[in-house]
Amino acid sequence: MAVKLFDSKGVALERQVFTWKDLVQKPISKLDDDAFTRVRVILMNGIESQALRFQNTCLLLNRELREPLARIGRTEHHQQTLVNWLLSADHSPLETTIAYEQVAIEVTAAIAQKEPDEYLAQVYRFGLLEDFDHLYRYSALYDRLEGRDPNTILQSYTDIIPGRPTSIEHRHPLDDLREPYERASAHPQSKLNALTLVSGEYQTHDYYMHFGPTFADPVARQLYAEIASIEHQHVTQYASLIDPNESLLEKWLLHEANEAWNYYSCMETETNPRIKAIWERFLEYELGHVKAVSELFKKHEKRDPAEILPETLPDAIPYVSQRDFVRETLSKELELSAARTQFVDRSEETEETRRYRDTINSEGSPSEAVAAGYRWRPGTELTKEQAQAA
Amino acid sequence: MAKAAELGKNRTGIDMSPADAERMISGAKEFSSAASADGRTAIAALEREYIAEAEPIGSVPAPGTLRGALKTGAKKATGKNPEVFLNKLGERLAYERTGVRLYESVITKVEAADQMHPAGPVTVDELQQIRDEEMQHFQLLSDVAESLGADPTALTPAANVAAVATMGIPKVLNDPRTTVAQCLDALLTLELVDNAAWELLIQLADNMGLKDASEQFQRALEQEKEHLATVRSWLEEITTQEARRGAQARH
Repeated sequence: MAVKLFDSKGVALERQVFTWKDLVQKPISKLDDDAFTRVRVILMNGIESQALRFQNTCLLLNRELREPLARIGRTEHHQQTLVNWLLSADHSPLETTIAYEQVAIEVTAAIAQKEPDEYLAQVYRFGLLEDFDHLYRYSALYDRLEGRDPNTILQSYTDIIPGRPTSIEHRHPLDDLREPYERASAHPQSKLNALTLVSGEYQTHDYYMHFGPTFADPVARQLYAEIASIEHQHVTQYASLIDPNESLLEKWLLHEANEAWNYYSCMETETNPRIKAIWERFLEYELGHVKAVSELFKKHEKRDPAEILPETLPDAIPYVSQRDFVRETLSKELELSAARTQFVDRSEETEETRRYRDTINSEGSPSEAVAAGYRWRPGTELTKEQAQAA
Repeated sequence: MAKAAELGKNRTGIDMSPADAERMISGAKEFSSAASADGRTAIAALEREYIAEAEPIGSVPAPGTLRGALKTGAKKATGKNPEVFLNKLGERLAYERTGVRLYESVITKVEAADQMHPAGPVTVDELQQIRDEEMQHFQLLSDVAESLGADPTALTPAANVAAVATMGIPKVLNDPRTTVAQCLDALLTLELVDNAAWELLIQLADNMGLKDASEQFQRALEQEKEHLATVRSWLEEITTQEARRGAQARH
């Protein structure tokens, strides 16, 4: 079903209301729900959190738009609450972390394949192999510190194997900047892809920064510090893809369209009927936001929203295992690194990146320590010892 | 409404998706280095480094009154460290105080008993009695702390660590999805630890020569033994009832 962006009225802003009971609904089941339901919940929390972050930043920069920003921002906040509170309390921070990495892998891989621009697609494949390695490191932490199996979260959709080793992902800040797309010529799909990945990576960064200090074990504390640093690199990478010459209202409209597209993708793929109804409801809310911001765009910029938005929302993001694509990317692009905005063989890295990496790893590497010789087995690494003893 | 231990669509095991599972396993073998004999070696090295540099979680607060300070000084002079006792006294006090709230949570769950949360043999009256006794123990420990010049509102290191160790218990009791049986499991953990901790506190009070306190603690321990026996028997009964119901349902 194609969703028309301009003909759909969505739900008017004044009818987007909540109660505390509505905001705090029954959570999903860690044991029984499909892992992709959790993936969608986590990504949509990230999408909402980016919308809110952007709108609050706009408040710092613009006086004329403060009232609509305040009104729409309140709704976004409550949408984020409802979505994020769908995670059940029995998810430990480390389990949620494993789920966050599954989101990063499966969504980035899906988006890399939808990306019409080859340079942008390369950026996404580059980031993909790094997040892929994070999952392996956190899985080793979960297995070796708690004696628990990360596949109870992943449900066999996502491989637990090394990617580009986290310890060599550290680069000089200037080697994490990328070439932005051109606002006038870029495909609308490219703009939504970039916003989706900025949203996902930003929330992942914030999650690790928030929960890192709640761990007691020094290896866990260091590992969260290390991977949070890479997530900051990824936020830099993906945010720098977005054309800084877009006007504030243009960016706002793109954020709203991106929220609508993502809710649409969730709605199209959701298997839990109760959660599907939430995606459907919030798609209608976002179409209401698109309409409201379109009016502001016309009024303040005297421009037609059709200049920047497609007539209909792009096809849904597929929420299926991307194992084959990830393995293919691994086999072809593992040795890539970046020098300024271009991708190069690791032998051609900049001197600044080498110095930066040597310094930050000079007192040891938590990602190497935690996963030394780690090979995932169903039921944890300990099943090997069990098999040998038998 | 579903029962907690019902057979269902649990997706966490490797057998849920045989084709994906096979690829997970073969991929791990193909793309990960040979598993090392002891994967914790590097982890332990880093942990040891931090253990060597660590500072304590915190200190036992010095008694706030002159009388208490004098008493503390006197015991120290005889070679007995009152801070050890005060630390553990603070632990028990905080544990009993939290215990009051935890039993209140279970009372709510039993009051709301339904098909998914069957209360079995558990009664609100008995839970209320245990709750009230936990409250009395909290009061007793506060009185003893004050009589020694210690501040009953302070969080001692042992109290803090005990709270960290039992952090998951309120999470189990307060989750609307958990059953009464699951709550009893959590309470059993609580009561087993509590019994052992009272025994140790009595020993420490004896060593300090605190005869009155020791006798009162002994009475508290007797009540705690009853709490433990009650929780354990409830748990056994509710679980066997559930198993019987399950067996009947399948026949």
